[in-house]
Amino acid sequence: MRSDPSDFELVAPGSLSAVVSLLAQRPGEFLPIAGGTDLMVQYASGKLAPRKLVSLWNLPELRRIEASDDAVLIGAGSTYTDLREHEVLAKEFPLLVSAARWTGGVANQNRGTLGGNIVNASPAADSLPALLVYEAELILVSARGERRVPYVNFHIGYKKTLLAADELIRAIRLQRSFAGYSSYSRKVGARNAQAIAKVCVAGLGKIVGGVLEDVRISAGSAAPTPLRLRRTESVVEGKAINAALVDQARKTAIGEITPIDDIRSTAAYRSAVVGNLVAEFLLGLNAQGNNA
Amino acid sequence: MSTQGTRCEISLTVNGETRTVRAYPMERLLDVLRLHLGLTGAKEGCGEGECGSCSVMMDGTLVNSCLVPVLQAQGSKIVTIEGLAQGSQLSALQQAFLDCGGAQCGICTPGIIMAALHLLDHTPRPSDQQIKEGLAGNLCRCTGYAQICEAVAKAAVDESRE
Amino acid sequence: MTAHQQIVGMPVPRKEGRDKVTGRAQYIDDMTLPGMLHGATVRSSIPRGKIKSITFGPGVAWDEFTVVSAKDIPGKNWVALIADDQPCLADGVVNHPEEPILLLAHANRHVLRKAVESVAIEYDPLLPLFTIEESERQAEIIWGSDNTFKKYRVEKGDVDSVWSKADYIVEGEYTTGAQEQLYIENNGVIASFDPESGITVWGSLQCPYYVHKALMKLCGLAEDKVRVVQAETGGAFGGKEEYPSMIAGHAALLAMKSGKPVKIVYDRMEDMAATTKRHPSRTRHRTAVDRNGKLLGGEIEFVVDGGAYTTLSPVVLSRGTIHAGGPYYWPNLKISAKAVATNAPPHGAFRGFGAPQSLFALERHMDRIAATVGISPVEVRRRNFLKTGLTTATEQTIHEPIDLDQLLERGLALMDYRAKKERFRTENESATRKKGIGIATFLHGAGFTGSGERYLASVVGVQGLADGRVRVLVSSTEFGQGTKTVLCQIAAETLGIPFEGIEIAQADTNEVPNSGPTVASRTVMVVGKLVQSAARGIEQTLTAAGLLNEGYSRDEFCAACAKYVAERGEFKSWARYEAPPGIFWDDEKYRGEAYAAYGWAVYIAEVTVDLTTYGVTVDDFVALQEVGKVLHPVLARGQITGGVAQGIGFALYEKVIWQNGRMQNGQMTNYIMPTSADLPAIRVYFEELGNLHGAFGAKGIGELPMDGPAPAIVNAIQDALGVGFDSIPLLPEDIFEAVTKRSPGGGR
Repeated sequence: MRSDPSDFELVAPGSLSAVVSLLAQRPGEFLPIAGGTDLMVQYASGKLAPRKLVSLWNLPELRRIEASDDAVLIGAGSTYTDLREHEVLAKEFPLLVSAARWTGGVANQNRGTLGGNIVNASPAADSLPALLVYEAELILVSARGERRVPYVNFHIGYKKTLLAADELIRAIRLQRSFAGYSSYSRKVGARNAQAIAKVCVAGLGKIVGGVLEDVRISAGSAAPTPLRLRRTESVVEGKAINAALVDQARKTAIGEITPIDDIRSTAAYRSAVVGNLVAEFLLGLNAQGNNA
Repeated sequence: MSTQGTRCEISLTVNGETRTVRAYPMERLLDVLRLHLGLTGAKEGCGEGECGSCSVMMDGTLVNSCLVPVLQAQGSKIVTIEGLAQGSQLSALQQAFLDCGGAQCGICTPGIIMAALHLLDHTPRPSDQQIKEGLAGNLCRCTGYAQICEAVAKAAVDESRE
Repeated sequence: MTAHQQIVGMPVPRKEGRDKVTGRAQYIDDMTLPGMLHGATVRSSIPRGKIKSITFGPGVAWDEFTVVSAKDIPGKNWVALIADDQPCLADGVVNHPEEPILLLAHANRHVLRKAVESVAIEYDPLLPLFTIEESERQAEIIWGSDNTFKKYRVEKGDVDSVWSKADYIVEGEYTTGAQEQLYIENNGVIASFDPESGITVWGSLQCPYYVHKALMKLCGLAEDKVRVVQAETGGAFGGKEEYPSMIAGHAALLAMKSGKPVKIVYDRMEDMAATTKRHPSRTRHRTAVDRNGKLLGGEIEFVVDGGAYTTLSPVVLSRGTIHAGGPYYWPNLKISAKAVATNAPPHGAFRGFGAPQSLFALERHMDRIAATVGISPVEVRRRNFLKTGLTTATEQTIHEPIDLDQLLERGLALMDYRAKKERFRTENESATRKKGIGIATFLHGAGFTGSGERYLASVVGVQGLADGRVRVLVSSTEFGQGTKTVLCQIAAETLGIPFEGIEIAQADTNEVPNSGPTVASRTVMVVGKLVQSAARGIEQTLTAAGLLNEGYSRDEFCAACAKYVAERGEFKSWARYEAPPGIFWDDEKYRGEAYAAYGWAVYIAEVTVDLTTYGVTVDDFVALQEVGKVLHPVLARGQITGGVAQGIGFALYEKVIWQNGRMQNGQMTNYIMPTSADLPAIRVYFEELGNLHGAFGAKGIGELPMDGPAPAIVNAIQDALGVGFDSIPLLPEDIFEAVTKRSPGGGR
């Protein structure tokens, strides 16, 4: 344990409005901490400089999931276990639930939050590619009020987001418009559980009349931020899937991403595997489409 | 370096008993259990939430206590390995671990028994695959997991008979 | 005494099991002593150089600290082991990253850590070497006169004569990487010092008497002024064989200087970066075979990277050398082996101890020979197996009736090998997920090599107690394998009394004799046999005293023992190791009976290689071994499944990433060991041929399971892909590189 607890302060005001006021009154002073599965690791390894923190853990305004007719509103303080256990999410947003399922182990899923995953902004984060293909909308809150940001705009660089210093994510909004879509997600890690992604790909597609009417593909750990593969999507959108198209999509995807060599893997491997996963997604769609 | 923290009073229920400690809010629940409360069953194997040897139950769910700032455990119900046996009567899981050879060096045992407890609380009749997944957040270097998974399967059967 | 076995061979309860499942077992970090300080180590940040200056930074109340440097060492500044070359604290010069330089102690752990970070050390760097090849090139001499810790040469027959007779000459080079033992409990000790009684150390350790010897030398204390006690130990696997002498020495020095007890416990990052790992290796084979794949002869060059100091490299090298020829008959063989120095933290003992390295190479090479000759991996082994009456590489005659052919057949049947191989061959043609099966056949010698056991001269005691129970006195330690349980089983069975009637003393050098280190798969076989003798001695004492008659009942034994103690006080019976007759070993020529007994094994792995991710899954694993006698079925099986899991890690997951001699991925997040979700059901089977030299016919099995998994898996991957790999760990990235080189067009 490489930090001294006496060098840190942690307060838990107990309500969202109290936290938001604190962030407004003392800008930059308090770092929000939810389930701690990222921050406490940094803290224990001595990589978190001594400072004050404010707890978001278990705030009822943040830890809730509400489904209405047209959308699901996921409170940013919802844990991965909360996501896994929610009926509507399991049924209509399987990519988010599968991401929750392969995040860490059960103990970390019981504490890690979706909001925390987003704000930590690691390009390897498990749930982010799913949020991209579901075209999530973030509801941000501060003392100045609320604003909505399409999730795809939220990450502006490696571990940099649009979040202002006095702002929190209150909720993640998912439009319930993905019935009839086939979904695909695959994470490639160093082992089957408790692994940071080397790469991952999430995909949604709808084949109508033998043609790919709508398709969304995203990749994690393939760029400084989680990435929507728009060029790859435009190559295949509106077309019938065949081997030549899949190959073209593979090449486009490889060209669209900018993976790196790091302690976990290599750029060359990541590129090839993202290409393979995109191909696997499309071929799977094709098989389903043909069977429909 | 200026000290920022001030100790505060944290009240929590541990193994059925109300306990109050004076601790810095960012002290890890693991350290509070081990150093303040003398409950050394939870272990530190990695300090980063990877090995699960610090696992305890917090409000009915499994957590890695090395990643919980004690302030967030204010008012919570904690169950540790020390809370499982009833006097000299071992729990079904503990007995199954003994019968099946689930504990070798024993350092992962408290955490992995807690993980198994969480699993059986939520999935009383788990499949082999569910057992593997439920324990995938706990690392054991001695057993290769075989006899651990068998112990959990046995405890599930034994408990369902009771 | 009972006629048939009722305790040995039965799954009796683990002696210390209850404490382990209730959280009551006391490991080092669970213990505190009154007035205890915490200790920490200031370590080198460079791989090699001269220490220019040490500055104690501002903002720290240094007068609150105990500070120890090399000049505070009362005795000799080295960690006594084989060669006296490893300083306990660096004195002006460092030879590896993380080398210990200073020790600090303070009552507050957090204040202590900040102080460690406030010590600034400046160096004049010297040129470091990091690989076997760099060390061999000797562009820089970093150790001795030629960077070489040790060399061995084994020569059997006339190798020079075989090349001209060969139908094929097969060459190969095979490498294995470092592997971290990754016990879940990090290294830790507590030391206290009293001018009257001397030093006492409690530790997470395998060999209390190794630590005892090292502390005597370091602290300049007599034998009876050093006491070492083993605490409950959370895994070891060799990683706590020699390293504890270092950390114990550090705690002892701080305790002596501060006058207070001192606890040193490493966190995971420090333990991974600073302590020992498995020796990286490079093996080169050059083999002459005839047209039928029969071995005519060969040359094997076996090299291990020992890191910066000698530590146990000569012994690791020895075992790897002797096992390099495997379970085959070599009519002619030359093995040249060496351990070389690099500027990495010294490598050390890890289950298998050199054999997993040389056996990986051999078993890969056998498949290469098979492919070259055009026969199957099964055939090449069958045609070359050792048999009763034939001699090993060191010219040891195999006397026992081992039938490796039959063992292999049984293994193949258990795996349904032939049918699966056929099916995979067909299905692979159109599959993205290719399946394959691979075999490894091997042996593992139990006990210390050659004259080693004679040199150890192990002593075991058994004590009669006042309540009629009996206590076993050994320095053999429990760290999960079941030492306490099995040795008590042996004593109980020998005396014909209940398992509950035997207890075993804590491994405390004040209480137990030196029965040798708990290593080399020797505990059950060598120490167990001595426990038998010592137990019989108790029986003989009671009989001679007229208190016990032939055919006594368990109650009669208990009464007799209690009576003897009441009349004459507690009594002990001793047994000392005697080398079995007919075991001759020539240390100079490296020839003769290398081991008193060998375990034999057939391991078969079934894998899937997914060409979408280039990842490998082990789907099925058969581990079949002949072990003399299974003393405890649950413990024995647990040893095998655990060892196979570590072997799978060695093959596919566990990569140490080095940068300038320092481990970069020293955290559980990025040093990858398998989870429960990664492993197949490991199917374990035993055969029992008995063993003249082991308790109840047992052979050692602790390390055997480490030797087979890696080559079996890599052979299986070759079977699946048609691509051979000669280096482990083998990661998906490596498979990707190899597969796409062959078909530059794409990933699939």
